[in-house]
Amino acid sequence: MAAGAASPIRRAKGEVLHDGFLRHAGFRWLKIATLICVLSIASYMLVDVTPRHNGGSWYGYAMGTIGVLLILWLTLLGLRKRAMTRGRWSLKAWTSAHVYLGLSLIVIATLHTGFQLGWNVHTLAYALMMLVILSGLFGIAVYATLPAALSNNRAEMTQVQMLDAVRAIDRQLHDAAQPLTHEQAALVRQSLEDDPFGGGLIARLSGRYPRCATARAQAALRRWTGETPDTGNDPLERIDALLERKQAMLARLRRHLKLKALLEIWLYVHVPATFALLAALTAHVVSVFFYW
Amino acid sequence: MTDRVRIAIVGSGPAGLSAAARAAALGLSHLLIEKTDHLSDTIFKYQKGKHVMATPSQLVLRSDCDFEAGKREAILDRWNAQAADQGVNVAYNAEVKAIVGIGDPIPGSIQKIVERRRDGTTETKEIQRLAPPYRLTLSDGRDVIADAVVMAIGTQGNPNLMRVPGADLPHVQYQLDDPGEYNDEHIFVVGTGDAGIENALGLAADEAQGNAVTILNRSTEFASAKAANVKALMAAAEAGRLAIMTETTTAKVEPGFITLDSRDGEVKLKCDRIIARMGSAPPRAFVESCGIEFTSGDRLAFPKLSPVFESTAPGIFVIGALAGYPLIKHCMNQGYDVVEYINGNRDLKPADEPILAAKFAGLPEKKSVADWLEYLRANVAVLEGLSPLQMREFMLDSEVRAYRRDDVIFEKFDPGSSLFGIARGQALVEVAPGVDIPIDQGSIFGEVGLISGRRRGATVRAGADSIMVEVSRTAALKLMSSNPPAKRAITRISTERQLLQMFGAGLTPADLADILDTAEIRTVKAGEAILSEGDLGNDIYVIRVGSMIVEKKIGGKNVFLSYLPAGSYVGEMALIAGGPRTATVKATVKSEVIRLNGDAFARLMAAKPALLERARRDMAARQDVNAFIESRKDSFSTVVDMYSETAKFLVDNGIGEATDVLLIDEHLCVGCDNCEKACADSHDGLSRLDREAGRTYAHLHVPTSCRHCEHPHCMADCPPNAIHRGPDGEVFIDETCIGCGNCQRNCPYGVIRMDSVPPRKPGLLSWMFFGAGPGPGEPSKKWRAKNAEPGVEKPKKAIKCDMCSGIEGGPACVRACPTGAAIRVAPEDFLTVARLGGEAR
Repeated sequence: MAAGAASPIRRAKGEVLHDGFLRHAGFRWLKIATLICVLSIASYMLVDVTPRHNGGSWYGYAMGTIGVLLILWLTLLGLRKRAMTRGRWSLKAWTSAHVYLGLSLIVIATLHTGFQLGWNVHTLAYALMMLVILSGLFGIAVYATLPAALSNNRAEMTQVQMLDAVRAIDRQLHDAAQPLTHEQAALVRQSLEDDPFGGGLIARLSGRYPRCATARAQAALRRWTGETPDTGNDPLERIDALLERKQAMLARLRRHLKLKALLEIWLYVHVPATFALLAALTAHVVSVFFYW
Repeated sequence: MTDRVRIAIVGSGPAGLSAAARAAALGLSHLLIEKTDHLSDTIFKYQKGKHVMATPSQLVLRSDCDFEAGKREAILDRWNAQAADQGVNVAYNAEVKAIVGIGDPIPGSIQKIVERRRDGTTETKEIQRLAPPYRLTLSDGRDVIADAVVMAIGTQGNPNLMRVPGADLPHVQYQLDDPGEYNDEHIFVVGTGDAGIENALGLAADEAQGNAVTILNRSTEFASAKAANVKALMAAAEAGRLAIMTETTTAKVEPGFITLDSRDGEVKLKCDRIIARMGSAPPRAFVESCGIEFTSGDRLAFPKLSPVFESTAPGIFVIGALAGYPLIKHCMNQGYDVVEYINGNRDLKPADEPILAAKFAGLPEKKSVADWLEYLRANVAVLEGLSPLQMREFMLDSEVRAYRRDDVIFEKFDPGSSLFGIARGQALVEVAPGVDIPIDQGSIFGEVGLISGRRRGATVRAGADSIMVEVSRTAALKLMSSNPPAKRAITRISTERQLLQMFGAGLTPADLADILDTAEIRTVKAGEAILSEGDLGNDIYVIRVGSMIVEKKIGGKNVFLSYLPAGSYVGEMALIAGGPRTATVKATVKSEVIRLNGDAFARLMAAKPALLERARRDMAARQDVNAFIESRKDSFSTVVDMYSETAKFLVDNGIGEATDVLLIDEHLCVGCDNCEKACADSHDGLSRLDREAGRTYAHLHVPTSCRHCEHPHCMADCPPNAIHRGPDGEVFIDETCIGCGNCQRNCPYGVIRMDSVPPRKPGLLSWMFFGAGPGPGEPSKKWRAKNAEPGVEKPKKAIKCDMCSGIEGGPACVRACPTGAAIRVAPEDFLTVARLGGEAR
């Protein structure tokens, strides 16, 4: 290339500019986590603990300590994400490590138990940890698959613009409905007054709104418009076209909200479960030391 | 009939009228000759109700007529009354046809008049000057004999004309008498001097007239207009009353339409009327025929004058706009001064004398102001073409300082956009620790600031006891726009330095002389090609401003090869290897290239093997790229397509003029907005980016965030000069921002916002554990209102991305992205074929 009169900070040649958190630095943390798992399993096989592997042996304590430290470190991601301190850190690298080291916990914690599970606070901690990890796995899955769909669906519109578009259609509906009969106007009002995103979590996550007033208003209006040919100046036909547009915009918005909800919903399990885990873990550790 | 007077004054504008009033007050016999039936035709022709300004405000008015800022009508009424009261002798409806000396021939005073014909040949006439008195032949048949003549005819009679196809159509006019005459028209005003701006404002003032007014500016700056006018224009544009198109020139005029060359290419718009206010040139032929010589052959040159305004024809004095001085106050002062001089008062100093004397007070020697001005003019090459009068004006806006040997003139990374001229001594530019490059007397330095507004690139010291002129950015732009030779000199020096910096390879300025003589600066429209594949030619092009893309036709499709930022060169392949051009090079935005003659460059390469070696290396790299694309075209044709299309999308979205841009990979973006929050938390709680807004192509999203343009549009018109480019290429706004909003309006990408700093938030942990404060990210309007310091209104200032300069670790948006979707790239890194290899894996 020709002489660049460019900035003194140059990126290293050949550096791949964007790889996601899963591929970060050539799967560095996947490799590290795999190594940890392999070492753990190998040592579990090689170390002979009598009468059998359990959490109370020296080996069990070692694995438990590693596990607790890992859990505490993994929890710190929440802090790291929000504390915009100076320095050469990258949240992507943290996420990458969080994902792979978090997964390695499955092995470490399970080996720590020595496969001795029961109905007690210790197993509760283990179960909560698995819940956190499973919700995290769901998170990885949606993070890996949904962003492209989110981007396709919004077609360069922002959420605010989509909401504005619905509002604009509503205003037009309101004006266009003035010449209608009372019965017909009631249907349009139904669409205007409806909260198009009501219907709770199920509707939000599934993107299905079977009681959508706009859809029902349009279906009902078709009773009048279905019979007559569209001459282009019937106010009902205009309403019909507007309702059609509103439906399309609502569908896009609902898909948008559904995708965003799916991208976030798991955090509502992941984070509270983490705090429950920390509590159970505290109980587990204290009780172990208490009965030592 | 022949009148005999002491002083004949030609032209009754502010200068002529003031001269006549002084002559009347001194009791000298005089005649004020006016070609129309009223005084001061230029101001008379101002549009009705125009507010006439009185700049420069620091100048004292010295005249027998009063003048202060006010409405055109009030000023004219007062002048008419004063002219009558003071017994000024006016000949109306009289145009001077000729001025001839009737004394003896002046030995050795022969004037050469070069007449250029249309076919390019020139004819030189020689005229023997005759001594005063002068005979003035008037159009009404009268003759006037005068001992002294004061020429104050201004330049308005001779407006600069449009030179595009269709410029002679009747709806193109050079004058606007009454803006109230036009209704419901699409009107284009060409030229953003004071006249153009005032016309545009007048036409758009009354909304009921329904005019759609657009004003065209060929650059981004409004250097030739008064600051108050520019402000009013900006305010009107903001209110939506008129439109401003910058970096736009007229390409063609047709009935009902105008075709424009804009930054984004050619556009054809509806147009009912064009008002061209592009300045005016002196009526040269007539002035020359009176025996008055001009400073140069340039069309815009001014007459050669002594410091007392005496022209080369003894006894003929030239004042006012014709002398190069368009401001009313100056004209009036000159009228007074010149009549005093003719009357024998040799001790009168010009009214701006005390201001200039103060500027020269700190210099080592004691010289008079006139001597200093002449000293600077004679010793700084770029000032050479200025008349003493222009030197006075120029120095009012500039500073001059003495430096002792080894004094630091400016430090590396200092902000500053002024230009320095070396009047005496030497400057040493520290290119590396301990390595100084001398710049000698007569030359300039600091010119990079004029072009890019970057911070100082090197520390400069005085190499000897020196005297330097520091020219402010505005004064330098004015100098360049009003004085073509100065512009050429500055351009030549900056070109030379750019070439030296680019090619290095042990070149010296002397080596480049040959190339610079043939170098030519060309403006290229967006989308226009400088090289076309298959064309013959061996010239080298250096990209000075803007950027280019290189394309090659493969299998009938244009495939994007590479992106060239400013500071690169192209064309070496045809020169070294011979044969036709191998690729097409097109401008992404309106750009400027330096065309270097191929043969001259070849000679230089022959003389300097290191340069040839360098060029060969660059060529080899480009041939690799071509070969790579060729090899990929079958197996990866869709990949190549995708790459080309993506590159096009990015270029369309202004990446072509970016130096560093935030992109978001929407395969990875989960919409958490942590980038925005991080941005806000790193910068006083205000986010400088809008992630969701902006264009997307193939899941590559360009959010609304600063691209740090190579030629920042925001920098174009910042009254306090608060926008600079930092050492890492970031464009930032410093604390001197006055919140005027010009930059926000000028930014074509909408990345600047005006806001005040929100109150301080409680810390992160107190939010996490106790729920104190609004949490990470930009606080809501509500929280801000509730927690604002009561009674204190914080000013809204312009804020924009500064690339987190000064924050260790770099841009917060990228560091805070949990999935790696946010990346910052320089286009030349991103738009390279190397990425194609990566994608195809």
